Amino acid sequence: MSDRSLRGKTAVVGIGETTYYKRGGAPDAEFVLAIKAILAACEDAGIDPREVDGFSSYSNDRNDPSRISAALGLKELKFACMQWGGGGGGGSGAVANAASAVASGVADVVVVFRALAQGQFARFGQGPKMSAIAGDMAYSMPYGVMSPAQMFAMRCTRHLHETGITRDTYKAVSLATYAHAQNNPRAVMYGRPLTSDAYDNARWIVEPYQLYDCCMENDGAAALVIVSADRARDLKKKPAYILGATSGSEYRNAAPAHNAPLYATSSFTSLAPRLYEMAKVGPKDVDVLQSYENFTGGVVMSIIEHGFCTHEEANSFMTVDNFMAKGGKLPLNTSGGNLAECYMHGLELITEAVRQIRGESPNQVKDAKISMVTSGPMVTPVSNSIFGSRETL
Amino acid sequence: MSTSQFYLPEGLPAPAPSPDGLDKPYWEGVSVNKLIVQRCKACKTWQWGPEWVCHKCHSFDIGWEEVAQTGIIYSWERAWHPVHPALKDHGPYIVVLVELPQAGNIRMIGNLLGDPKQDIKIGSKVEAVFEHHTGSKMPYTLVHWRVTK
Repeated sequence: MSDRSLRGKTAVVGIGETTYYKRGGAPDAEFVLAIKAILAACEDAGIDPREVDGFSSYSNDRNDPSRISAALGLKELKFACMQWGGGGGGGSGAVANAASAVASGVADVVVVFRALAQGQFARFGQGPKMSAIAGDMAYSMPYGVMSPAQMFAMRCTRHLHETGITRDTYKAVSLATYAHAQNNPRAVMYGRPLTSDAYDNARWIVEPYQLYDCCMENDGAAALVIVSADRARDLKKKPAYILGATSGSEYRNAAPAHNAPLYATSSFTSLAPRLYEMAKVGPKDVDVLQSYENFTGGVVMSIIEHGFCTHEEANSFMTVDNFMAKGGKLPLNTSGGNLAECYMHGLELITEAVRQIRGESPNQVKDAKISMVTSGPMVTPVSNSIFGSRETL
Repeated sequence: MSTSQFYLPEGLPAPAPSPDGLDKPYWEGVSVNKLIVQRCKACKTWQWGPEWVCHKCHSFDIGWEEVAQTGIIYSWERAWHPVHPALKDHGPYIVVLVELPQAGNIRMIGNLLGDPKQDIKIGSKVEAVFEHHTGSKMPYTLVHWRVTK
């Protein structure tokens, strides 16, 4: 069985990002953003971009690997992989796919990337404008269930009802994430701290989400370079070894019209044990967590489903103090994440997880050796990943 | 407040039967105030939304049965932020997810009629209310819910 595990066979050796912009604020076309992030990641790794021979992305990224290869004059393309469905739930899945390709010899230098120009293209947070809708969405859209917030709110309502968890946990996620962004000059919300009162007094988007429970909409691009563990040893940056990465969801998660049998989950209940088994670590070993925030309620569920606390412990465990990089029991979203750094569709969470292993985070967790990511709660497929320093191999 | 006879303003995407015919019995049913959902003829499993195959026994012989028009609120949301031009200045509206215990606990999405600012309780009993859009180019019917005493 160990032979068939991804554990320790590959590493992230380069990360790159464009400047992160408010939605519509990017001066470049989306394709240019993608290219700039990819070149930055190669530069960071100390690898000639012409050596890249594979690409992995998710959520139907519009920037075709064949065109990128042509534009950059790559010697040869060996791997072009798109994770199906799930929007931001594909982030760690794209890492798993890239690592699988490298571990199995399908390709040697694979770039995971995501680029978004919501100014150039459609916004995520708006409903579609078509006059008629057929298929699964015919049972929700005509009732005003159109945006991601509206699609996921009822899962969270049910979760709060079943567990007795309060929205104070949502607030703790939001305040801690925003606080971390205040130390990160890359963050779109850098210099714009969020107070407790501002959180409380913000308008409702859709109950149970207020404004600061919701991610931003941004323009930008991010990329990471994955090579074999052998190759990683000789490169200039400290490798972040991929100890595990999984994707998927529970039994009939996509049953139409909100008929998933396990409705009040973030879709991670079946993945979390698989990830820990692959990585050979448990939640107690995790030094720092980046947990995808489409909406804070999904983060609360993700944290519980990954075993960091129980439903019963959530109200007392999920506090701002416990989520802070400095002294927290579970440092969370240490770059500011989708709420306050940039909605780079969660790939910025993975670059931050790598920074924590390197010791380069703006909110560095002391001696972080095990760094974890959960990608895209409440969708399907979701995905997750664990990165480790050399001593964890 | 809208003075429309409909719960939500017109102009949102209208539901259309699937071009492949999968959910034709449902849309025909609601047009005449009937709630008709899938039930496998082979193993009697209730199924919603519609599928071509039974998720339990893989039979393709899926039947359609009329069910009682009552249910229980399983979850809800109250939307405030308008994400569509038709909803601009409309104000909040309530979406409920209704469980049908008489049909294998399948769930249906609809709007909850009445005051959009009313208190909503999970577990409340509700009954279906058919909202016919006969004036549309392609007539259709929405199924809403109303709390019963």
